Amino acid sequence: MDKVAILLSWGDQGWADEIASGVVVTVALALATLPFGMLLGFFIALAKQSREPSLRLAANIYTTIFRGLPELLTLFLVYFGVQIGLTQALKAIGFSEGIEVNSFAAGMFALGVVFSSYASEVFLSAFRGIPQGQYEGGFAVGLSSGQTMRLVVLPQLIRIALPGLANLWLVLLKDTALVSVVGLSDILRQTGIAARVSKEAFLFYGIACLLYLVLAMISSIGISAIERRAARGNAR
Amino acid sequence: MSFSTRFKLGLATAAIALAMGAAHAEDRMKLKIGTEGAYPPFNNLEADGTLTGFDVDIAKALCDEMKADCEFVTQDWDGIIPALQAGKFDAIIASMSITDERKEKVDFTNKYYNTPPAIVAPKDTDIKGVTKEDLAGKVIGVQGSTTHSNYAEATYTDSDVKLYPTADEYKLDLVNGRLDAVNDDIIVLKEFLATPEGACCKVVGTIKPDPKIHGEGAGIAVRKGETELAEKFNKAIDAIRANGKYKEINDKYFDFDAYGG
Amino acid sequence: MSMAADTTRVERPPAPPKPWTRTRIIGWLLVAFWALAGLGFVIYLYNAWNIDLVQKYGPRYWSGLKTTIVLVGLSLLAGALLSVPVALARLSRNPVVNGIAYAYVYFFRGTPLLAQAFLVYYGIGQFSAELKAIGLWGFFRDAWNCAFFAFTLNTAAYQAEILRGAIQSVPKGQWEGADALGIRRWYTFLRIILPQALIVALRPYGNEIILMIKGSAIVAIITVYDLMGETRRAYSRTFDFQTYLWAAVIYLLIVETLRNIWDLIEKRLTRHLKR
Repeated sequence: MDKVAILLSWGDQGWADEIASGVVVTVALALATLPFGMLLGFFIALAKQSREPSLRLAANIYTTIFRGLPELLTLFLVYFGVQIGLTQALKAIGFSEGIEVNSFAAGMFALGVVFSSYASEVFLSAFRGIPQGQYEGGFAVGLSSGQTMRLVVLPQLIRIALPGLANLWLVLLKDTALVSVVGLSDILRQTGIAARVSKEAFLFYGIACLLYLVLAMISSIGISAIERRAARGNAR
Repeated sequence: MSFSTRFKLGLATAAIALAMGAAHAEDRMKLKIGTEGAYPPFNNLEADGTLTGFDVDIAKALCDEMKADCEFVTQDWDGIIPALQAGKFDAIIASMSITDERKEKVDFTNKYYNTPPAIVAPKDTDIKGVTKEDLAGKVIGVQGSTTHSNYAEATYTDSDVKLYPTADEYKLDLVNGRLDAVNDDIIVLKEFLATPEGACCKVVGTIKPDPKIHGEGAGIAVRKGETELAEKFNKAIDAIRANGKYKEINDKYFDFDAYGG
Repeated sequence: MSMAADTTRVERPPAPPKPWTRTRIIGWLLVAFWALAGLGFVIYLYNAWNIDLVQKYGPRYWSGLKTTIVLVGLSLLAGALLSVPVALARLSRNPVVNGIAYAYVYFFRGTPLLAQAFLVYYGIGQFSAELKAIGLWGFFRDAWNCAFFAFTLNTAAYQAEILRGAIQSVPKGQWEGADALGIRRWYTFLRIILPQALIVALRPYGNEIILMIKGSAIVAIITVYDLMGETRRAYSRTFDFQTYLWAAVIYLLIVETLRNIWDLIEKRLTRHLKR
């Protein structure tokens, strides 16, 4: 037991500080991905319910690709592909300066596009849950279509979409584990290094799982608070 | 997305540096060095987050010699060459063997050490030697994308060769008893045998390096075409060999000259 | 909105010319972008076509693909079997039984599959001596078995939730009706509730299959070389980016084919629900 206490201590002997920094990276990555993925997902949902067929087609191609590829593969495609592509494009137009996509940005982008393609489905069905009359009402009181969207539709949309988005958030938290494979020092990478160096694999991978569970539990508490808040207007 | 543009050694800057002559030499070069951090005693990430090992010390000595400010970047092995090409760092100092296959993708400096590969197995093993026949039917662990994995896959065709992302992982599985033998550099394996976990196992024998597969020792990899940088490293390697710095580092880790014949 | 009912035959006015609205321009620009991207993709793969590469790595991709399909297929089947008792436990009113099942489901749905695979492979591997003593080491020694074990536990948790939701979605009246007819409860469950529940569960099951195929891409990290693993191996030997692009094409083909097959099955099985 002493050995375990040392391994889990803070500082040079133990791994607690490294793992804590891993938790920070995991949470930061998930939080950074969320707004990006939601915004993108919202616009894709708009495109999907547009009357313009070309827009629908473009949006459908997007979601087919990013829902069909394994998340890990998407991550590699972004991590290596975007880097190679950007470097060559810059070279072609005469820049010799290197450009660097760091693994955090690559992870955020890859997880973001995956998140957005699932979020677009959630938003789309939320859009369908809003009666046509809401738009008509908005127009009738003289709001522009932008204002109608912002003031009338969006608040309701978010409430309807919340459970679906909450679910996607939990998926996102777990998907962040994949970035450990491209070298970002998240929970799983840090615990993995600890496991290999200390040869205490069960202990450290068990801790990794527990940390993800704790994050999920904290999220659930946060989500139900948000849901309660969002449902205030709906109280009867 | 946040992109960070970064100073990069290019022909243009090199030309300017030449033109400005000695006065410019004061300007310290900035270099990013890629390494793996999971290959003790050559490069290893410690519990306090620092990098240690022969590669790391050699890299620091070379940087001093070249009057460069060096920053280390750790990168998983199977992505280390793509990351170099992508510009995540400027040189790989990570015990990378100089092989023809890799030379198609990157340029190498001269070797900075050369040690033979070996086979390690549990102490009660019935494996007698290191030939294909000796290891037939056995499960052999190697790190993937290495000269050792290339050798094992090409040579031990009657065995089950398993590829691991890092050396630490095959060690874990050797201790757990999933593997009958592992194949890696003798120094890496000896370092492992000296640890408490390594007490399980012993060296069965060393493998005579196959120049076609194992290459000519470990060198420093730079992006293709960056001969200037490679030359600087070569000069620095010669310099630390000559001024005793190399021996100092060598003796810290090994009781023989790792530079090889 | 509708006003067509009472009008007598009226000539349909010619469709007004479609104006180039902003959305339309954006839409076509995006379609053009995809078309160009697709074209660029094909041209890249055409130019990069290298018969040596295909001959060397083609068979490896094939064996990787087989590993993926067999591993995922068997895990899904074993998971389906395991999910039935778990789902029934989740429906049980016994708090202990329910609690255990809940903890199981929560654990496997709340942690990354990658972490679970590590935990099973390296974590359990640490107890090889104990496992040897009870004769289970033969199973856990093999990486494929460990992957199968981890995947089965994982998908069983998800499938149990799908099944539970589906069973609960069957109206209570179905149970009561069967009770009133004097049909035994297990027979009611098997022949009346389950068929209705499975139709509800059809879509989520399809999604779960696709999720497992995509999720299985992590398995090479514990030394089982599936399609993704062979891809990474080929890339680390050649550093040729097309290795990843081919993998993307194969995965997309599998997922799209499955999705279409599943749509067909769903259409066929829900024929009687169409109005």
